[in-house]
Amino acid sequence: MNKQRIHTDPQYYSRMTDKFSPPSKSGKCLFRAFWVGGLICVLGQAIADVGANLLKMSTRDASTLASITLVFLTAVLTGIGVFDKIGQYAGAGSFVPITGFANAMVSPALEFRREGLVLGLGAKLFTIAGPVLVYGIGTSVLVGMIYALFGL
Amino acid sequence: MLMYLKVFLVGGALCLIGELLVLLTKLTPARILVCYIIAGVLLSAVGLYKPLVDFAGAGATVPLTGFGHALCQGVKFSVQESGFIGAFTGGLSATAGGIAAAIFFGALVGLIFKPHSK
Amino acid sequence: MQLKRIGQQTIDLPSRPALCGNGSFVGKKEGEGPLGLRFDHVAKDELYGQESFELAERRLYLDAIDTAIKKAGLTPEEIQFLLGGDLLNQIITASFSARDLGIPFIGLYGACSTMSESLCLAGMLLDGGHAQQVVCAASSHFCTAERQYRFPLEFGSQRPPTAQWTVTGAGATVVTMEPKVQPLAHIARCCMGRVVDLGISDANNMGAAMAPAAADTLLSLFRDTGTGPEDYDRIITGDLGQVGHDLLMQLMREARVPLIDERYQDCGLMIYNREEQDVHAGGSGCGCSATVLNGFYLPKLQNGDLKRILFMSTGALMSPTSSQQGETIPGIAHAVVLESPLMGGKA
Repeated sequence: MNKQRIHTDPQYYSRMTDKFSPPSKSGKCLFRAFWVGGLICVLGQAIADVGANLLKMSTRDASTLASITLVFLTAVLTGIGVFDKIGQYAGAGSFVPITGFANAMVSPALEFRREGLVLGLGAKLFTIAGPVLVYGIGTSVLVGMIYALFGL
Repeated sequence: MLMYLKVFLVGGALCLIGELLVLLTKLTPARILVCYIIAGVLLSAVGLYKPLVDFAGAGATVPLTGFGHALCQGVKFSVQESGFIGAFTGGLSATAGGIAAAIFFGALVGLIFKPHSK
Repeated sequence: MQLKRIGQQTIDLPSRPALCGNGSFVGKKEGEGPLGLRFDHVAKDELYGQESFELAERRLYLDAIDTAIKKAGLTPEEIQFLLGGDLLNQIITASFSARDLGIPFIGLYGACSTMSESLCLAGMLLDGGHAQQVVCAASSHFCTAERQYRFPLEFGSQRPPTAQWTVTGAGATVVTMEPKVQPLAHIARCCMGRVVDLGISDANNMGAAMAPAAADTLLSLFRDTGTGPEDYDRIITGDLGQVGHDLLMQLMREARVPLIDERYQDCGLMIYNREEQDVHAGGSGCGCSATVLNGFYLPKLQNGDLKRILFMSTGALMSPTSSQQGETIPGIAHAVVLESPLMGGKA
């Protein structure tokens, strides 16, 4: 009677959990990420081309224009509650491009507005995007120091 | 037109790699973004990312690795211009547009809109 | 004094405290699910006419308690304890509601196991002669839980198929020794669960983290009382979802006490239409078992459709901090045995 016990070996249970957990539909997810991500980049290229050809901008300014426009579009789509649906569909297709970085800043700003303008909106703006800036800028400073010390 | 095809394929492929990471490693999006930006800086530093940008334009600059590339190129340029101090000023000045836009529009949208019921 | 414990973890309640008065208030999505018509009230949206989602959750909580007390033919002044909890930090929904109600408050945190935890404690308080009537309540809200445990609402991330959807809703039950109305059910026994952790750390697979605790409590109750799955018309778990449901079945099979498929149900699998409502592995949250018990099962016990059920809410006891520090997720499950008033009352 008191032999009725559950297995208590975590490794055994971990294998059992894997068996009973449905896998993500990999093929579908990869395809969606690919086409949405590709399309966002095409949109960026189109904006940069408009900047370079019609507005006679330098390549660098045109590229910045593309970034700013994509950031703006993401901010609006996040504000009206559409971007998370795109993210749900496309996964990495929408968070790997700069749209993901923008959404990571806009969504907490929106969410934590209620906690005040300073410690809510102002501070939480960086909860997800902060690490990206920390490690991106941090690595670039290290690389710059190596350039400066050892030449190019 | 060929350019747009290249943009689509390279940009799509970079996102596909991100999705593969999600599926295989269970890394959260925030961690993958951090990996991407570090990868972008390092690939750019060893000179591997520039050819991709020349080949695919926005297909390489719009994904977050492109953000890392911009940081690295900015640092490189400023170090040439002004020496050691450039290691600190170059990255942010090259990416100022995108970062300022994200902060500005983020705060603006946060002020105007409310989160939606799901 | 005579001890009322039977075995290691189970407590017998010979005076069979009565459940009288039930309240279940849910959000829009839950109202659109298969049980929509069973609930007392379905909110038009997640804000429920309030300024913030936290206030909306509190309003649902207060309304559910109000309804339960009214249905029991009582007034808040006659209630001697509020036993309640929720998912938010410092259980603010429950304690701020208690501030408004003015009922002596025993705050509980059992994560999603709070509903059965509160019923267990209510049973003991009443059976021990420490109170005549108490109210038990638990709630959760998708939007408040999401921002505390995961990402902002508008952050575009994918949920894996093992993820569960936090139920927006509050359930409340009045437990009394002196029923003023026809009782819904009686509490016969309760079994307080142990915290069990088999090393699951994926916060997107909480069903798997909680299933071992559920199995542990079930086996303890069966062992202590000499009963088995065939002695209960229904065995109901709180929010194991599809993955946890399947794992519990398997764990019980391996322990050689297999559950009877058609008599085992999980509230998380009942509250939504999983095909159409995009909730992946099912519902979760304190509100899940609280609303399904109060809206669906208590009426079925009252009219005799079900004679005896084993109701067991399940909780995952992690916090965002513990998850970020890489800790595994401990699970807990508390069980109550509820009997229909048509069974003849006191045993």
